[in-house]
Amino acid sequence: MSSPYALHTEIANGIAVITIDLPGEPVNKFNRAVKDEFVALFDRLERDLNVKAAVLISGKKDSFIAGADIEEFLEITSAAEAERLSHEGQLLLDRIEQHRTPLVMAIHGACMGGALELALAAHYRIATDHPKTVLALPEVQIGLIPGAGGTQRLPRLIGVRAALDMILTGKSVRAKKAMQTGLVDELVHPAILKKIAIQRALEIADGTRRHQKHSGGVSGFLLDENPAGRRVVLKKAREETLKKTRGNYPAPPAAIDAVAAGYSGGPSHGYREESRIFGEMAMTPVCRQLIHIFFATSALKKDSGVELPVGSPLPEIMPVNKLGILGAGFMGAGIASVGIQQGTLVRIKDADHGRVAKGFAAVRDVLRERLTKRQITKVEYSDLMSLLGGTVDYSGFGNVDLVIEAVFEDLNVKHQVLRETEAEIRPSAIFASNTSTIPIARIAEVSQRPERVLGMHFFSPVHKMPLLEVITTESTDPDVTASVVAYGKKLGKTVIVVRDGPGFYVNRILTPYINEAGRLLDQGAAIDAVDNALLDFGFPVGPITLVDEVGLDVGSKAGKIMYEAFGERFAPPASMQAVVATGRFGRKVKKGFYLYDEEGKKGEVDQSVYSLLAPGARETTSTSGTQAQTRTQIPAAEIQQRTVMPMLNEAVRCLAENVIRSPRDGDVGAVFGFGFPPFRGGPFRYMDTLGIAEVLRQLEELNDRFPGRFEPAELLVSMARRGERFYPES
Amino acid sequence: MPTVGNGRRVAIVEGVRTPFTKAGSAFKSISAIDLGKLCVAELIQRTNLSGSEVEGLVFGTVIPSVIAPNIAREVSLMPILPKGVQAYSVSRACASANQAITDAADQILLGHMDVAIAGGAESLSNVPILHSQGMAEKLVLASKAKTFPGRVKALAQIRPKDLIPITPAIAEPTTGETMGQSAEKMAKLNDIPREEQDHLALRSHRLAAAGTADGRLTAEIMPVYVPPRYESVVTSDNGIRADSSFEQLAALKPVFDRNYGSVTAGNSSPLTDGAACVLLMSEEKARSLGYEPLGYIRSYAYAALDPGEQLLQAPVLAAPVALARAGLTLRDMDLVEMHEAFAAQVLSNLRGFESQYWAERAGFSQPVGEVDQSRLNVMGGSIAIGHPFGATGARITTTLLNELRRRGQQFGLMTVCAAGGMGFAMVVERAR
Repeated sequence: MSSPYALHTEIANGIAVITIDLPGEPVNKFNRAVKDEFVALFDRLERDLNVKAAVLISGKKDSFIAGADIEEFLEITSAAEAERLSHEGQLLLDRIEQHRTPLVMAIHGACMGGALELALAAHYRIATDHPKTVLALPEVQIGLIPGAGGTQRLPRLIGVRAALDMILTGKSVRAKKAMQTGLVDELVHPAILKKIAIQRALEIADGTRRHQKHSGGVSGFLLDENPAGRRVVLKKAREETLKKTRGNYPAPPAAIDAVAAGYSGGPSHGYREESRIFGEMAMTPVCRQLIHIFFATSALKKDSGVELPVGSPLPEIMPVNKLGILGAGFMGAGIASVGIQQGTLVRIKDADHGRVAKGFAAVRDVLRERLTKRQITKVEYSDLMSLLGGTVDYSGFGNVDLVIEAVFEDLNVKHQVLRETEAEIRPSAIFASNTSTIPIARIAEVSQRPERVLGMHFFSPVHKMPLLEVITTESTDPDVTASVVAYGKKLGKTVIVVRDGPGFYVNRILTPYINEAGRLLDQGAAIDAVDNALLDFGFPVGPITLVDEVGLDVGSKAGKIMYEAFGERFAPPASMQAVVATGRFGRKVKKGFYLYDEEGKKGEVDQSVYSLLAPGARETTSTSGTQAQTRTQIPAAEIQQRTVMPMLNEAVRCLAENVIRSPRDGDVGAVFGFGFPPFRGGPFRYMDTLGIAEVLRQLEELNDRFPGRFEPAELLVSMARRGERFYPES
Repeated sequence: MPTVGNGRRVAIVEGVRTPFTKAGSAFKSISAIDLGKLCVAELIQRTNLSGSEVEGLVFGTVIPSVIAPNIAREVSLMPILPKGVQAYSVSRACASANQAITDAADQILLGHMDVAIAGGAESLSNVPILHSQGMAEKLVLASKAKTFPGRVKALAQIRPKDLIPITPAIAEPTTGETMGQSAEKMAKLNDIPREEQDHLALRSHRLAAAGTADGRLTAEIMPVYVPPRYESVVTSDNGIRADSSFEQLAALKPVFDRNYGSVTAGNSSPLTDGAACVLLMSEEKARSLGYEPLGYIRSYAYAALDPGEQLLQAPVLAAPVALARAGLTLRDMDLVEMHEAFAAQVLSNLRGFESQYWAERAGFSQPVGEVDQSRLNVMGGSIAIGHPFGATGARITTTLLNELRRRGQQFGLMTVCAAGGMGFAMVVERAR
């Protein structure tokens, strides 16, 4: 039980069965100690002539090996050191590949990164036909490339197309798919995994079973198996990668280089290049920032969401077995869809049956998508739907543990449903508002139990957006906060706890950014020029597209509330007001800043919208389209500076006002809430990168040009004066 | 006090049902199993019950799925219920849901369980074809008809040869007689005039329409957001005709005996889809969970006679036994719910209650007595509401208890006739 070692070897009938079970860790990972154990073990197996073959299996439940230990990786300080690490890994795997005793991998559970690279070097791979069994090379997700032969062995095993698909996205491949591509040789039930692995090891040792190469069919021959085809594939991959990353992420193109090197210069050149590029990537700021974000989210997973004095008992978590949802609209249905998928009984209420039925249909759409993608079976689909109940009164609310209201954004309506709900629910039940604009304390004013009232701000579409803001008031009971945070995590969300106030955190820092984008339009900038500048900066969508997505009516209503709360620096731009006044509410009405087709798919800029905006000052062309309008050319760098700086400034204010608990929460909230470029690490990491003094300088400069809106936050001024950073220097 | 059991009393905590819809209409794409699931899930949700409390699930269906014959087990395999629930299906023709309820009640009385769900479901839209091609076509035509005359016209095209039975569920295997033929025979044997049957049918529709309009009847109905697309929602029964008239009913041609017959599509219960179930608990358990039950089972009885005699007359034999076991008489009954398979059967049963002959056949010296019309099927019956075979018994149980509660009354009697010459009667009570 308390063995300090990760590898446990039992030898029987000439087969060494190696069980990997990292002591004191929930999952297996590769660190220096484990690597040393592997080296020692294979030394021993080399000498032990009784051993004919080996099997590697995991001792963890439903989990194989999660890959390399990233914490250890962060200690590396130079590219040369990272390159050496990669090279050592390659040598070890080479040795395993060439070893006297063939190795059979018995894979059950997630097999990630270095573990998959080990599997590629092994002689036979068996996976269990189980939903938990997935294989992936997720290195690019943290700005790296596979460094232990993955870029060389994978394309040769499954073809260059399938290999690039895995390497460039880092996505997880399920066992069945792995079987189809030839990534694994066999699928078995978990109960017989070990037995079959031993049997195959014996057969391979006896020479009665040879590895059979997977046939890639005609397209495999044309595109994977010959140099001309591969060139086409690599070229296409380069183009698509550049389009996707806009040059902001060096790892995916570098990974293509490593794969290409193995074909152009032969295997030994390929391995060398892989190590070199791995070392290079390890030292990029992008890699560092992505790892910071990774750690920040990991830390949030362990965070209860409440700070209690040292020595006080842990918060009491109340499980949510039954969830009541008020309002069957898009948000309500979205929350219902994630609730039932976690096995929560959900009761959804709206004013009439027609609306409830629409909510059911929206939940169905979410689940149907999973069914179509074969992520769930038909039986699971109907099981999940059976957890959903609908009502037009409060029947069935008597035993709900949590109620989330997603009704119309109007304080009186919120007050009414809160009063009605509290009359029906148990005193222990929690009432959460999904409002995005109204302060929770205002809603809680009419509550009999304000200590059990808080905000749960989901983002739309709920089933896709990873962030949840939990908003607490002065009165919220810490146990209530911790229970809701725990449930939010169960729903698969990254949860930050923020203090009550207009816009909470995410919308509050987003609003100055959106407003400034609107003001750029006021000054004659082209719509697509603004969006493109911020896509280049690294946002997943531009601010004007975002406004179309969210809905101009919703956006302007929220903007108005924040203007009232914060004054001039939140003054809404004229452009937005002019456009919303004409009923162009964005994608949902298929009319906004952009053109939309019948299905709501976005097209080009709607040129007719310019007639509602102030004309451009100087003569330049705007976009494609027949009736090109005269717009003012504003450099992308200025667009980026003018929109991003006030966002950073507002984030600092949120920190100073304790709206967020830490820069970490602020970074994670911005990255997961609206896609602040992850490679920049979030607003606070980005400010540290720029330097606080530089941020201050830019804001002051902007404030001189546009007085009022860019007044630097006091905290920023004092930090600059004292030479402080948000995070300690790493 | 009840005369059955060992001092324990079985509470009927709550009942719920789907709307009852004509076969081939709103629920045509929902199987009986799925109707049962919808109904049981809603019963648990609306009663604020934790599914983990449920120990047993007994369900009835008359025409089981060939693929999944144990409907109770299929229904129980929802994530809302523990996998360890004891789930089994029962079959007693149109009294199947009653059998489910009394089985579950017996388990509770024995102390084997404290919480059980019992009921039934039927999808006559989803059975292995019961009828000849001709009948099927005409039924579809009728169900598509927008107007009552249109429907009548379609139904009127049904010819006796269309009714040649194909499955044993509709015809008696022993006699080869269809349900309708049996009803026709009973009308003749008991001398039930056509007008009386049509009046009863009219009464059924009018009372059911009134109960729907004022919400007394719909109180037991759950909304069904119709899967798979959820484009529509059904909140009430779709076979009840508020605008039905005696003249319309009288104009219908007899179906089973064209020359001397009196049983028509109008005075018979229609083919129906639906599910109904009730939540049963031991009295102590209900109290400890804080429920105020709808009522309690006071007594019940089953009876049977030769199917070749009067197929649907056995309630006449069951009712006096149930009343005797309850230690009560018909006069004590504040309400009587009698399943309406056919108007001819209801009127035959009522005459049987008054008859010395049937009293003696049941082993009693005195007849049950005359049922006060003002207490009988006060919100109509199966002729208007519809009759999903396996579900009706649970529907009647809930209807009776809800109305007793609303009126603040104490005792109720229900009877259900069933194929095979079987009959059922139950006495329920409420604490006054």
